[in-house]
Amino acid sequence: MPSLDDVKERIEQALPGSQATVTDLTGGGDHLRAEVVYQGFSGLSRIEQHKLIYDVFGDEIGGPIHALSLKTTTPDGAQ
Amino acid sequence: MNEQELRQDIREHLKQAIEGQRVMLFMKGTPDMPRCGFSARTVAMLDELGTDYAAMDILPHPLIRQELSELSGWPTIPQLFIGGELVGGCDIVTEMFESGELAQALGVEDNAGAAAPVPEQQPRPIQIGE
Repeated sequence: MPSLDDVKERIEQALPGSQATVTDLTGGGDHLRAEVVYQGFSGLSRIEQHKLIYDVFGDEIGGPIHALSLKTTTPDGAQ
Repeated sequence: MNEQELRQDIREHLKQAIEGQRVMLFMKGTPDMPRCGFSARTVAMLDELGTDYAAMDILPHPLIRQELSELSGWPTIPQLFIGGELVGGCDIVTEMFESGELAQALGVEDNAGAAAPVPEQQPRPIQIGE
């Protein structure tokens, strides 16, 4: 099971310049929430934004990471 | 039925549900008895808006979820489709619910479909091993 810091680092490495805040929703370590601010989200639909992050973890979503709740924004606050 | 045929069969059911239903929710459990908090929240939002929707439980067989995620390119459950298009999972539906976009998406579809109303009919549940 990846740690909160692992999840944060992997998102920030995969999306250069992004800032991720990762929290544990239940305390169990497998229901996580990531709030990600990334310039590259600009112009993408929410679906496309979330897919960029899901793609970082592949099959781990639904496996070791039971759930990853997401909120995506661009630095200027637009979605 | 071998696994290949079963996958094909499930995929056909899923496609029919996505294309045949104006509002189609794939979830864990049923609207009356959701088996996951995210599915429960999504059901609650749809119920709150008073929209008619069809729902399919993906839990009866692991291949249902695998095939759905391959079709949609979306790894998690629930998945909401409106007019045959993936709208998103619980997070996106929540954001759209709060901003009013969800009501709009459901309403716009109403007008667009006026020429050829799609009957609201629950899709046939997937029978494993029939």
